[in-house]
Amino acid sequence: MTDQANTSVLRLKSPGNIGIATLIIAAFWFTTLIGAYFTGISVQTLLSDTMKRAGMNGILVLAMVPAIQSGTGPNFALPVGIVCGLFALICAIEFNLTGALCLFVSIILSIPIAVIAGYAYGKLLNAVKGSEMTIATYTGFSITALMCLVWMMVPFTNEKIGWFLGEGLRETIQLGAVDAAFIINNFMAFKIGEIIIPTGLLLIFGFFSVLVWLFFDSKSGIAISAGGINPKFAQATGLNIDRNRILANILSTVLGAIGIIVYSQSFGYAQLYTAPLMMAFPAVAAVLIGGATASRANVLNVIIGVFLFQGLLTTALPVANEIFKGTDLSEVMRMIIQNGIILYALTQVKRGG
Amino acid sequence: MKDTLLRFSNVSKNYYGNVVLENINFEVRAGEIHALIGENGAGKSTLMNVLFGMPVIHTTGGYEGDVLINGEKVDIKSPYEAMHAGIGMVHQEFMLIPGFTITENIKINREITLPNMVSRILGKRLETLDMIKMNTDARKALDTLDMGIEEFTLVAGLPVGHKQFIEIAREIDKSGIKILVFDEPTAVLTESEAHNLLNAIRRLSQLGIGIIFISHRLDEVIDVADRVTVLRDGQLVTTKEVKDTNAVEIAQLMIGRSVTIERVHSDKRKISDDIMLSVKGLRVGMPGEMVRGIDLEVRKGEIIGIGGLAGQGKLGIANGIMGTYPARGEVIFNGKPLKMNAPHLTIASGIAFVSEDRKGVGLLLNESIELNIAFTDMQINNGFLHKFAGFTIKNYREIRKHAERMIKDLDIRCKSSLQNTGSLSGGNQQKVCVARALTQKPQFIFVSEPTRGIDVGAKKLILDLLFKLNEEYGMTIVMTSSELAEMRSICDKIIIICNGTVAGVLTPDASDADFGLMMSGSRIRNAGDAALTDKGGI
Amino acid sequence: MLLGEENKVVFNYKGILSWVLDNIVTIIFVLFVLFGFMISKDIRMNYFLSELCDRLFRNSFLVLSLIIPVLAGLGLNFGIVIGAMCGQAAIALARYHGLGGMSGLLFCFVISFLLAVLCGYFTGKLYNKTRGQEMIAGLIAGFFANGVYQFIFLFMVGVIIKVPATHPLIMPNGIGVRMTVDLVPVENGGLKFALENMYKIPFVHALLVVALVALVILFIGYYLNKKRGEGYKNRPVSFGFNVLMCLLIASMAVYVMAAAPKLFGVSSNLNAIASNLNKESDLEAVKSELRAITSEISAIAANDDVIAPRLNAAVSDINDMIIPNLTPAKLNAVTSFIYATASDINTAAIVSSPNVMVSNFMQVRTVPVAVGLLIIGLCIFTSLIMRTKLGQDFRSVGQSQHIAEVSGINVDRTRIIATIISTVLAGWGQLIFIQSLGTLSTYSAHTQIGMFSVAALLVGGASTSRASVKNAIFGTILFNAMFIMSPTIGESLFGAAGLAEYFRTLMVYGVIGVALGLHVWKANKKNRIVVE
Repeated sequence: MTDQANTSVLRLKSPGNIGIATLIIAAFWFTTLIGAYFTGISVQTLLSDTMKRAGMNGILVLAMVPAIQSGTGPNFALPVGIVCGLFALICAIEFNLTGALCLFVSIILSIPIAVIAGYAYGKLLNAVKGSEMTIATYTGFSITALMCLVWMMVPFTNEKIGWFLGEGLRETIQLGAVDAAFIINNFMAFKIGEIIIPTGLLLIFGFFSVLVWLFFDSKSGIAISAGGINPKFAQATGLNIDRNRILANILSTVLGAIGIIVYSQSFGYAQLYTAPLMMAFPAVAAVLIGGATASRANVLNVIIGVFLFQGLLTTALPVANEIFKGTDLSEVMRMIIQNGIILYALTQVKRGG
Repeated sequence: MKDTLLRFSNVSKNYYGNVVLENINFEVRAGEIHALIGENGAGKSTLMNVLFGMPVIHTTGGYEGDVLINGEKVDIKSPYEAMHAGIGMVHQEFMLIPGFTITENIKINREITLPNMVSRILGKRLETLDMIKMNTDARKALDTLDMGIEEFTLVAGLPVGHKQFIEIAREIDKSGIKILVFDEPTAVLTESEAHNLLNAIRRLSQLGIGIIFISHRLDEVIDVADRVTVLRDGQLVTTKEVKDTNAVEIAQLMIGRSVTIERVHSDKRKISDDIMLSVKGLRVGMPGEMVRGIDLEVRKGEIIGIGGLAGQGKLGIANGIMGTYPARGEVIFNGKPLKMNAPHLTIASGIAFVSEDRKGVGLLLNESIELNIAFTDMQINNGFLHKFAGFTIKNYREIRKHAERMIKDLDIRCKSSLQNTGSLSGGNQQKVCVARALTQKPQFIFVSEPTRGIDVGAKKLILDLLFKLNEEYGMTIVMTSSELAEMRSICDKIIIICNGTVAGVLTPDASDADFGLMMSGSRIRNAGDAALTDKGGI
Repeated sequence: MLLGEENKVVFNYKGILSWVLDNIVTIIFVLFVLFGFMISKDIRMNYFLSELCDRLFRNSFLVLSLIIPVLAGLGLNFGIVIGAMCGQAAIALARYHGLGGMSGLLFCFVISFLLAVLCGYFTGKLYNKTRGQEMIAGLIAGFFANGVYQFIFLFMVGVIIKVPATHPLIMPNGIGVRMTVDLVPVENGGLKFALENMYKIPFVHALLVVALVALVILFIGYYLNKKRGEGYKNRPVSFGFNVLMCLLIASMAVYVMAAAPKLFGVSSNLNAIASNLNKESDLEAVKSELRAITSEISAIAANDDVIAPRLNAAVSDINDMIIPNLTPAKLNAVTSFIYATASDINTAAIVSSPNVMVSNFMQVRTVPVAVGLLIIGLCIFTSLIMRTKLGQDFRSVGQSQHIAEVSGINVDRTRIIATIISTVLAGWGQLIFIQSLGTLSTYSAHTQIGMFSVAALLVGGASTSRASVKNAIFGTILFNAMFIMSPTIGESLFGAAGLAEYFRTLMVYGVIGVALGLHVWKANKKNRIVVE
């Protein structure tokens, strides 16, 4: 753990460490906002969208914090949590639940499933110390592929989730059909001028943020963080590092599961099959943009990161399309920024750290 | 008189003002075996670093004085240049690739190649390996050492003794090898392997190679060396013909009384007859500090020192009992057996540990002083916690209050209790470590290398602090240290560890020669004599 | 398959267990393919072999490009995707300038080489900065490069790089390269099948040649080891086994060739005539060729009563329908008629075959010799480079960066060279892949390359620190066999062939995950500190 000395962002909890990458992205976002203003795109709409997308992705990004803090690196196996959440959601629909009850039950149901999956995943990570990130990535990929088979074969019969013909579930399941779309978004939503504030969405994101923040101020949270920064210290202090790493990854998986349910209701659809495959990467990128490193992260990094990253994507899309007329640049930009920032973070990882 | 191959003339070296070598004059003649002796930190490795042009020397401002090879002044800038100047080293930890054959290891980056069509266009690196020639060379080097083993055997799985010989074979295969350095070559060998090695070293010296033999085993030195040079605290004590001296004298010269810290006395101390900690057959798997079966007993109120040379296992004892490295054996504390490899149980039973690796194990460098102080107590004894919104979270106020009291009591120099421990000086960091240990309210404390990397004034403060704890609170202390002087100043008795076992127990006022001989392992069998104080020992 | 080590008989239980664990991925795949053969009676050998052959020739080069980084300690180079993009860029450029044939190929190889050297250099730099995390870095670097690639191909082309909107390569609105670009067939001066169609030989001939070449290489290797004083490298048992395998394959090929009815040759001659027929053809010469063929068929018909009616019908077809109608105006109709006749004769050939094996082997598609030569060349190159100083440095660095550094090897530079070589080879591999497909799927052809190639190599028994040409070739065969079998298995196991796609994906990711995980787990277990 020689990297302890020369990395400035090693904090159990600190009032935010704004790195150079964060500043660059922030400046970039600001520039595009100004660009948007001059190209005549409604800045209010952009801000509304930003808020909606940040709230939508927030909990998924929050799932990165426990994993990073415990020393297993960003949770590239986020799809593990995601498929747990999706499965719970599908079950709730299969039980013919609708509306807020459907969401509530699916969240409750997703927790035990995610705890079990997270436990197994944490065990796996303990067996492959040193290469967690690579193995996590392929665990995520594998579980997504495995779930594709499950989606094809589950004997669910509700016509809202199955194909009209043949077996298996649909690729995208309309949550509007069970009145579960946009419930959290619309809860106490109000407008300031043209800007729509998705109060419910922000509240639930805030709620989970506070939970995670409190957790990392608790005895277990502090123990997890210490094990992440300095395993030798933690061991000498009598902490069970392996158990803490499992605990952290259970937490991360549960957040992933809840996160996808909130995401889906805000999106209006639950996407099955290969949709979760690449979902870990934007979440990892967001927390890194917020100033986290592959070995340190906190709630503030999540909040800054998710607003900046989603803000940039929301704003850049119409602006870029104004410049490059007739094209869809946003996906390409997302790929470059997202993977660029992950690469940058990887180059900062010290060997064996 | 034979030719002088290598001469250090008035060589000095300091690291940022901290003098580690001072006016060293040292020479090695052709065909001579020259032993280099000294305690840890005496300057042996720095001297060798200068010889091999290690980057650590040049990135810290180089050295003063001259190094002469065959009478010519040289300035070696890298190990690679050292190799070309005919200087070789047989490393203590082997530089061998297990997946390679012996030949490939001997010839690493010195492969013999044949040009081919492609290499003529694209450069030498694409030349084909000439395995026949390489094998022949390797064979020759192995034969010089009387090693019958086939040169195309894989190194993986060979016994340690063989590996050592392959290292030597590699050095003598280098063309024009003049000086060969052996750094603690017998440390990892069995007795018969060591015997073979010493014979090989003699044979090499007969070939006209000058040999620098670094070892702490005095009997070996007497056995094999022609001359011996003793270093102490960066200074050259003496160079003598081996035939004119003996092990006792060398041991005495090696230890010396360089720094005298006065022995403290106090009438208030109470040493009970109760055995507080009893250790039987302790074995610890700490890499580089293996413990191979140790028995010891500590009575309530005692201050025990554990000494010995680096790598002999003295550090492994505390680490093993505290569970930072895997351990096996029977440890009884206050009459109850301790479960091994369960650090939280050990800590909860009332034993605290101040680690020798202050920055790596002892502290969270980027965290505040107060969190560092409160950490262990919070995690093990549930101190400094309160309930909030269903969570058991840390109690900032209590932590602050306690930390501030500790800062005052131990006189930790800092801006506030929120300062990161990484920005404190070594002495103050050590005090934070001690403060954390005290916060656990222990009855027993292991302190390892308490004064390592701390300036002289602060050393005294730390030692005084430990003594005060013992005197006023009756705390039982086991202090592991490389500095004999400081153990002699406060310990009731000093246990010397050699080769992972107890070499003997000495009183603080035993003679330098006793310490030196015992640490060098020359006296394991008759350690029990005059040195042992009373019934309490081993 | 030259698998010397696999046939060692291990008796003790622990040995077997650790052997199984070491080769678990390979074993799973072998069992899977065998299982596929067992449950699916209807999968035809000729179809299977044709598919396998195509895929083997298409993918081997890419899989082989992974070997050097593994030996240099970089692990599995997921960054070959970047090389593949360089190859595609070269093809797009050639297509844009209308280059093709031999010179077009050469152009592609050169351009791809230059781009790949540049990209490989930067990838190597990146790997040096992410030591210990090269694999995830390579994967992410692939994604990143894909973003840049898309940016260039979708937006730069047309907006910053001016191109004519009417070019078939460019999207109708003048911005960006099309999703799928059909390459111009090599006959019309394009790149489609440019290597593929250079020279083709029947499958059985290829089998014979490969077996004989392998035999020669085996003996040369044996001799050279002896001569170099490395006789210890020769293991008589595995050498004998390999020689036996080669002889077996060779004699099988010879048997098939000898036993195969001549009619297969007639049928393929007819096919060749049909495919060469165009407006410039010398129709009189074709007519006389056809007449010669009819007399050949008649001769065979006279000796075989069973198929005589069929053959006589074919003869009259040629005489009455084809030859009289062989005029420039009716060319198309006649061509398809010739094909139909050829297939009739083929059917007759199958009926008259002495056994199923012969007919199956004779029906396997022809084999592209040029591609085969390139692959064999790369195998030899990989083996040879490991015998040079550079190769030895790769191994030293791969085994221990620390010791290599201390011994004076420039570790960083060596690692960069390994990455560059791998990237360049991947670029060329992608060229072979695309010309063999005939169409360039601009934005998707490269994305899966890294994963598939890595999975194939792992299936062949390689790991993150150990890989050989054998692993690559055997792995490519086994991995692609799984690909071909999986729909059938999906069908018969789950009753839905649609599952096959997901199943394949699972196998790919699962293989990589399991192989990497096991490797790390084993390494960690070995490094665990123990009490002496």
